[in-house]
Amino acid sequence: MSDIQEVSVDDLKHLVSDRAVKGETMLLNMGPQHPSTHGVLRLLLELDGETVINCIPDIGFLHTGVEKNMEAKTYQKAEVMSDRLDYMNPVGNNLAYSMAVEKLVDLDVPARAQALRVILAELTRVQSHLVWLGTAALDLAAMSMFLYCFREREYILDVMEMCSGQRMMTTYIRPGGLWRDVPVEFEAAVRDILKTFPKRIDQYEALLTRNPLMLDRTLGIGKLTGEECLNFGVTGPMLRASGVKWDLRKTQPYTGYEQYDFDVPTRTEGDVYARFLVRLEEMRQSLKIIGQALDKLPLGAVRSNNYKYVPPPRSDIGVSMEALIHHFKLWTEGFNVPKGSVYSAVESPRGELGVYLESDGGPKPYRIHWRTPSFDNLQSIPLMAKGVLVADLVAIIGSIDIVLGDVDR
Amino acid sequence: MSMDKKLQAIVEKLEKEFGVTVSEYRGDASLVLPAEKIVEVCQRMQSLGFEMLSALTAVDYWPEEQPRFHVIYEFTSVSQQLRLEIRVPVPGINPTVPTVSSIYRNANWRERELWDMFGIKAQGHPDLRRILMPADWEGHPLRKDYPLGYEEPQFTFNYDEINLRKPYAKN
Repeated sequence: MSDIQEVSVDDLKHLVSDRAVKGETMLLNMGPQHPSTHGVLRLLLELDGETVINCIPDIGFLHTGVEKNMEAKTYQKAEVMSDRLDYMNPVGNNLAYSMAVEKLVDLDVPARAQALRVILAELTRVQSHLVWLGTAALDLAAMSMFLYCFREREYILDVMEMCSGQRMMTTYIRPGGLWRDVPVEFEAAVRDILKTFPKRIDQYEALLTRNPLMLDRTLGIGKLTGEECLNFGVTGPMLRASGVKWDLRKTQPYTGYEQYDFDVPTRTEGDVYARFLVRLEEMRQSLKIIGQALDKLPLGAVRSNNYKYVPPPRSDIGVSMEALIHHFKLWTEGFNVPKGSVYSAVESPRGELGVYLESDGGPKPYRIHWRTPSFDNLQSIPLMAKGVLVADLVAIIGSIDIVLGDVDR
Repeated sequence: MSMDKKLQAIVEKLEKEFGVTVSEYRGDASLVLPAEKIVEVCQRMQSLGFEMLSALTAVDYWPEEQPRFHVIYEFTSVSQQLRLEIRVPVPGINPTVPTVSSIYRNANWRERELWDMFGIKAQGHPDLRRILMPADWEGHPLRKDYPLGYEEPQFTFNYDEINLRKPYAKN
């Protein structure tokens, strides 16, 4: 690795302005090692003084070949990799993957598992938004927000650990239901969160929403209209901050979201501040959903009893020959999925998280493609960055809420 | 599950105008269409209210050669709350599809990914470079004839031996 690759402007001539070629403007690398790019994102900036003329994102530093790897593993083993894509939303990734497999094999999911999936997915959404709030505020020099948000996030990670034994990479939602039922302490812990969190969110609002420094840095910065968002495939809070009311939980309900009463917050401004307000309100709505789901949490099984696809309970293996056979078959060769292809999508904290899954009838996914929201959301950055100051670009990156594991896959 | 009525009407319209083949699987409609018509159809899709191109990817059916790939376009209509899939068969020798990045702007990166991962060229693309793999990478990783790489585990007894033939990341 002794050769240092030199990149000249010639390779990028079609992306920068003529002035860069003449040397009138400056080309500057922001990242990949830069604290405000939220990971390993490299932005090649063409600057005139402190104004950004062109912004060329360069991604792929965190490319892990998840899709290729998943194609080489059985359906159960491949799911473990789905956690690692968008590491801020592991439960949502499991949910998207499980839903795609369930759609392909037509598996039923018991009502209790559905409700628990909703609770866990919404807890993860709150957790992800907390990390976003902390880091985005940190970019705007609000140091204390970061500490508060990470303090709160611990409560949610404790619940995840209680359920699955893992704080982040849970693999708790499995095709056909959940890995196992939640422990008895679960309800009290979630109720505790529901009691304390609304007050904490009010505190964040008190710190930031009317803060003059915050307003100066965010109002009118990084504007996108609704049409631009749709044309760029931008989804999630960014789309809703531009006035388009599109939330898959409402428009194409899955895992029983239609039973719960919640609002989809929207703003019309489409700037960094609007995205901030939308995400804060979303946290409140998520807590509202969790409360409702917990109140009417049905009893019963948390796994489908279709033992061709779902492992039988451990207690059955000692007494039932069939259960033993199913268990052996599932953990040695896996399950065969009927031939076909599906696309199923869920609303992740960042937008539409879709899974394209194609099966050739065997025990391994023939092709799995992750339509990750950050990939398309990040793609709109050259449009937003045109003509802003470098300091504002930092605020814009923060407002996209990118997770590089989600972008690069 | 059967197809939505609104979607049925749109599918029938496309069927009549472009002569596509329709298939249905678990309530999702999927249209198969030749590569040269994709730009026209994308323009029509946009006028039919499909504002968003949700996903653009491909499947490799190697060792099948005619067609080797299917390029898959997932469209979403926000105003009508519909989804529609279009599949474009592409041959294995010199695989190309016309670019749709001027119609749906997020197709820009998605077509770069298509080139990077499958070696399917988007004709007329303004900036067709590799996107996820390094610029000097050889091969297209998501093709089925591209082997899944691995790293040999190094132990004390064979550390030096493996280190000699390791291409990258010595130590």
